[in-house]
Amino acid sequence: MEHKVATLDGNEAAAYIAHKTNEVIAIYPITPSSPMGEHSDAWSAKGRTNIWGEIPQVVEMQSEGGASGAVHGSLQGGALTTTFTASQGLLLMIPNMFKIAGELLPTVFHVAARSVATHALSIFGDHSDVMATRSTGFAQLASNSIQEVHDFALIAQAATLASRVPVVHFFDGFRTSHEINKIEIIPDDVIEAMMDGDAIRAHHNRRLSAEHPVLRGTAQNPDVFFQAREACNPYYIDAPDHMQRAMDRFAELTGRSYHLFDYYGAPDADRVIVLMGSGVGAVREAVASLNARGEKVGVIAVRAYRPFSTEAFIAALPSTTRTIAVLDRTKEPGALGEPLYVDVLAGLAEEQAGGRTAWSVPPRVIGGRYGLSSKEFTPAMVAGIYEEMLKDSPKNHFTVGIVDDVTGTSLSPVEGFDTEPEGRVRAVFFGLGSDGTVGASKNSVKIIGMNTPLNAQGYFVYDSKKSGAVTISHLRFGEDPIDSTYLIHKAGFVACHQFVFLEKMDVLDLAKDGATFLLNSPYGPDEVWDKIPAEVQQQIIDKHLKFYVVDGYSVARDAGMPGRINTVLQTCFFALSGILPKDQAISEIKKAIEKTYGKFGESVLQKNYAAVDGALAELHEVSVPSTATSELHKLRLVPEEAPDFVQRVTALMLEGKGDLLPVSAMPVDGTFPTATTKWEKRNIAEMIPIWDPDICIDCAKCALVCPHAAIRMKVYDPAFLEDAPATFQSKEWRSRDLPGMNMTIQVAPEDCTGCGVCVDVCPAKSKEIVRHKSINMRPHLDHVDEEKVNFDFFLSIPEMDRTKVKTDTVKGSQMLQPLFEFSGACSGCGETPYIKLLTQLFGDRTVVANATGCSSIYGGNLPTTPYAQNADGRGPAWANSLFEDNAEYGMGMRLAFDAERSQAKSLVKKMTKEIGLELAHGLLDADQSDEAGIGAQRVRVAQLKEKLAVIDSEDARTLLSVADALVTQSVWIIGGDGWAYDIGFGGLDHVLASGRNVNVLVLDTEVYSNTGGQASKATPLGAVAKFAASGKDVGKKDLGMIAMQYGNIYVAQIAVAANNIQAVKAFQEAESFDGPSLIIAYSQCIAHGIDMETGMSHQTEAVQSGFWPLFRFDPRREDRHPFRLDSRKPSITFEEFADKEARFAMLKRTDPERAKRLFEDAQSSIDARWSYYEQTSDIERDFLEEEEAGV
Amino acid sequence: MSVDLTTTYLGLKLAHPIVPSASTITGKLDVLKRLQDAGAPAVVLPSLFEEQITYEEQEMQRLAEFAAESFAEATFGYFPEMKDYNTGPGSYLKLIQDAKNALGIPVIASLNGSSVSGWLSYAKKMEDAGADALELNIYIVPSDPNATGEQVEERYLNLIRTCRESVSIPVAVKIGPYFSSVANMVGKISGAGANGVILFNRYLMPDIDLESLTVTPALKLSDPSELRLPLRWIALLRGKVPISLALSSGVHSASDAVKAILTGADVAMTTSALLRHGPEYLATLIDGFSNWLEEHEYISVEQAKGSLSEEAAPDPEAFSRANYMKALISYTGSPV
Repeated sequence: MEHKVATLDGNEAAAYIAHKTNEVIAIYPITPSSPMGEHSDAWSAKGRTNIWGEIPQVVEMQSEGGASGAVHGSLQGGALTTTFTASQGLLLMIPNMFKIAGELLPTVFHVAARSVATHALSIFGDHSDVMATRSTGFAQLASNSIQEVHDFALIAQAATLASRVPVVHFFDGFRTSHEINKIEIIPDDVIEAMMDGDAIRAHHNRRLSAEHPVLRGTAQNPDVFFQAREACNPYYIDAPDHMQRAMDRFAELTGRSYHLFDYYGAPDADRVIVLMGSGVGAVREAVASLNARGEKVGVIAVRAYRPFSTEAFIAALPSTTRTIAVLDRTKEPGALGEPLYVDVLAGLAEEQAGGRTAWSVPPRVIGGRYGLSSKEFTPAMVAGIYEEMLKDSPKNHFTVGIVDDVTGTSLSPVEGFDTEPEGRVRAVFFGLGSDGTVGASKNSVKIIGMNTPLNAQGYFVYDSKKSGAVTISHLRFGEDPIDSTYLIHKAGFVACHQFVFLEKMDVLDLAKDGATFLLNSPYGPDEVWDKIPAEVQQQIIDKHLKFYVVDGYSVARDAGMPGRINTVLQTCFFALSGILPKDQAISEIKKAIEKTYGKFGESVLQKNYAAVDGALAELHEVSVPSTATSELHKLRLVPEEAPDFVQRVTALMLEGKGDLLPVSAMPVDGTFPTATTKWEKRNIAEMIPIWDPDICIDCAKCALVCPHAAIRMKVYDPAFLEDAPATFQSKEWRSRDLPGMNMTIQVAPEDCTGCGVCVDVCPAKSKEIVRHKSINMRPHLDHVDEEKVNFDFFLSIPEMDRTKVKTDTVKGSQMLQPLFEFSGACSGCGETPYIKLLTQLFGDRTVVANATGCSSIYGGNLPTTPYAQNADGRGPAWANSLFEDNAEYGMGMRLAFDAERSQAKSLVKKMTKEIGLELAHGLLDADQSDEAGIGAQRVRVAQLKEKLAVIDSEDARTLLSVADALVTQSVWIIGGDGWAYDIGFGGLDHVLASGRNVNVLVLDTEVYSNTGGQASKATPLGAVAKFAASGKDVGKKDLGMIAMQYGNIYVAQIAVAANNIQAVKAFQEAESFDGPSLIIAYSQCIAHGIDMETGMSHQTEAVQSGFWPLFRFDPRREDRHPFRLDSRKPSITFEEFADKEARFAMLKRTDPERAKRLFEDAQSSIDARWSYYEQTSDIERDFLEEEEAGV
Repeated sequence: MSVDLTTTYLGLKLAHPIVPSASTITGKLDVLKRLQDAGAPAVVLPSLFEEQITYEEQEMQRLAEFAAESFAEATFGYFPEMKDYNTGPGSYLKLIQDAKNALGIPVIASLNGSSVSGWLSYAKKMEDAGADALELNIYIVPSDPNATGEQVEERYLNLIRTCRESVSIPVAVKIGPYFSSVANMVGKISGAGANGVILFNRYLMPDIDLESLTVTPALKLSDPSELRLPLRWIALLRGKVPISLALSSGVHSASDAVKAILTGADVAMTTSALLRHGPEYLATLIDGFSNWLEEHEYISVEQAKGSLSEEAAPDPEAFSRANYMKALISYTGSPV
């Protein structure tokens, strides 16, 4: 049989089979399983068929709960049906999983196993999700490698049809789902041979049909439910045999043999580790290495975890085994042990008790945890476990991979234990997300995997930022199959694609002695040495590195693709690594370029070819001196004045050494300090805005739209300028309300991402040179030192007294301190200006419930978080529960605060005598409708606390604990459109209908931004998105109008750039409305395919075209016209707006005729909506004009 | 007796000399069919702009891959992978093929290249796609103060030679009027191997938006007064260069087309009138043109062609300086 090989990642390997063997695929995006759905959708969109010649229907649902419901229904309809999911998504499927298994409906759920959110969310891999489903009745089949994912996807499909027991086929999120490896592709004839026609027809014939009607889903009573539940037992008894038979059949067809439990190691092993998932790779390497040294160890790879066949397990276990260590990649706090451990223990006990074992003394069993949230799991750690197993009293319930200095569970790895073969090429590439390093590395794996007999593996590590993100690509090449399921620790080739990393990261820590070091350097071979830090020089000398430089940016620029250094550096890697002869390597790179970029056109190809050809000419070896002489040193990542926690904990994470933090360094309940982004100086901008006060018109638009609070306005008494740095700029503040004041617009030079949005919106242009504005982008390098000093001084100037500010004006709002700053959101993010504005207006009394999504990632992803505090230590308190429950979560907070407030008021009344009549009445009757009122109440609460502190009573102590609730707390429920329109819509609707005083801010990017651009019900007609590759043909849901139907909800639709003042007023009105409020905020996004620098201009055109009408619906209005249209009649067409955004324009290119039709429909829809709004407003208009510049 | 309206342009025998020139409407197959139905003797497809193709290819790649591989939850970027982005000249070449298949009249492709290799490869592809002739829409804004007129002219001529060598179909060159010596330049163009010249190209001219203080490119439809400039140069060149002459700009009516022929054009090209009135307006132009010739007892276009060129006009100086004096007389009533 011809062996067709391919380099795939785990997701593609699974989806390939799922798409070939199913008729219906119901999906919902969730990391790290989303690519399985995306592949399937793309394949069906391109007309790829399953093995029966039909194109599978791929349907995106509103949640995983919905997807599982659709799967359930489709199975009842007799179709072969599948889904893909992970983590919380799998948990949302649990109710249907019980049903599907209870009804013996054959299906396979492919799961990229991921941590379930507990004390924190994590997108990375472990088995906590899969383990949470083990009581559903689904069989559970674990794949340990990419090849196994591919193979088991088919075996599972065959087995479920034969046994009727549905299967969860799982593999480790990221480690397996995203690893690229060279595998053999299963030919269609093998797939066909595995898919038993009789079993498929039997499934089809069980479909619901009026032709032979039956009833399923009865309600049963105590008399029969129990018996009926036991009726399925024979199927579960037979299921392991069906699974094994499918494996055996597969082995006959492909030669790849698997068993329910596979043993590897010494036939006479005394110690055996039992585990499942990718960790098997690391254990097998350790086993081979230890046995080669004369030890007797082995490992059982668990394939079929459910149903658990003790008989098969015992058969796999050497009879010589004295100690078994069972490793679980999950944690069950409070349990006797983790699930696999408990099952093995119980199984052995049963067999022993039944006399079905050959041992005189049963083996000792210990259990441990490893690899939670993709924590590294290495052969050295495995060796540590085998060492522990030799002890008389080995540690039970241990952990590996961490240092547990609290409860002492951890085992240490064996230092220096390295199992990787000498001849294997190991290469590590440090890059930026934006420079294409990962893409080129993936291409390198494919080039070598597909054009040489060598095996190839690629794994890619990303940091948690959405802008300026660092990526590390780990590539291995070798003659033997590569099952090293851990990161490279000793690399023979290290490439640093960004020169600035040398100052910040320990790039060469991974380089082994004699390794090759390739640096993308603006400095040539003769001058680079003095430009790198002394610490790096010393590493190069100590490790005897061969040091090369290439000016990748220069080569790329000359090739006509500025910034795209990936091709250049990839060519240098091939030239230096010698894996392929140079000429062949160049030829293969060019072929790969054609494959990757050919679809974009000839000019793209030619430029890449030019980069390849230009790279080698500019690659130079550096002569390495014998001593480190540089005057430069690595940067201190966190300043000395940072708080203790930041110094002790955050700093290590920033250095990329968070793995070294012990358990004791971690909060026990997931509670972290806010205001930490200010300690992380990222310096990622190439250009930063510099203010020219001479032409500034005081409009504050720059500060308003800055996504990162990196350009700020402050109004202050000029007396504070006495100690100002010489370069600090200031000008007179032109205002009647605050006469005699000065103002400054100041950039935070190390925090700015350089997006340029501030310059785009700046309306002040020089009379002499029109392109010179009041803010202009200037080189970061030229200005950072000066502006650092200026920004520090700026921060030292006291904030404006909030009670003196007109907070319902744009300028007033921007005089207030932002309490959301320097987030890791995308450069030019359209969401964050709204959150920042919210924190300026109400941040000192706000609690945020944040739906999972972009805003929870840039809002709460470690190492540093952007919600900040003012000088009094007040600021937003923030929490994230889930994706689907955010409205309910926020409402819960409101209920709690109302309860506290009620209790506080009751106690104030009760203690009026002790507190004093005037203070008590003041506290109870306080008008907190403006900043002055809130300030006054804070003073009263402080007085109350002073009094209570000296009163010795239970009431006093209780009142003291809830006194803060007497100050208005503003509850904000924040999330994206995926939450509000889709998965959380039911809850949102309920909370809005509750009448409770909560404020909802929907950051509407019209697409699932965080998971990579999948369509939501907010995605507009005609837009291209994942799961809507041919352009969405259904219009966007009018969420605002739905909410308005209740009549008692404040609703606003805003776009901050299109109408600044309307946005500010909407926030003020929403917050002051004593009931539910909903603000839907237009948020441009990189998923729109626009240049984010001009994002605010796009936003403005969205409004001008009527695509995004602005309105406010305020039930308080007494003129019987609560609905006000705030935008003017459309002045440009939808097409004029849409042509400038790739999400729309792409369809014009790929399918012009469909685009024409959808664009016409979109225009009609806009016209109809506008007409409806006009009628709704009864022609009452409220055009809020821009504030005049100055006075 | 009906007038013989036939004319020869670039060696192509055309039913009459009023040709729809390159514009957005000639990029649509249904409009091309309507033009043929209205009597078009040939069509010139809109220009393929190499610079735009290159830009679009780069943009499609940039946008399709935007922010890919930089965030763990969106490793594949933010757009679905498309089967075909339809970049490159594919859709244009398909238009040539479709037009050739659907029409019974000559199809002239138009090219605006930005690189030598682009001119060469696209010209060849257009020929391979079935174009009957090629119109080179050369558009160089010589903004470099160090570049001499001769150097600029040499760039034109190099491109013409390159294309001439790469294709065997007739090649015409569309130029603007901004040469120190238009007549000399047309001679050089002829010498470089071109089979015809189109006078003149109307360039996109920048405008200023006084509200936003921005430069806004604007294409204004021609008006009939613009006819006079090409009319003069056709008249001056008729009989002096051995290549086809096409008049373009300002042909809005049948009488404009008659003037073009009388001064010596082999064809009169029209766009703005068709954009304003629709493709079917071409039939009106043809009727008017034919009627004029008939009413004035011409037997053929060939007979009329060049009958008022500089060589044939009763007052040859009228096309050069004398024209100036005559105009002044007209307005003032007496010589200056």
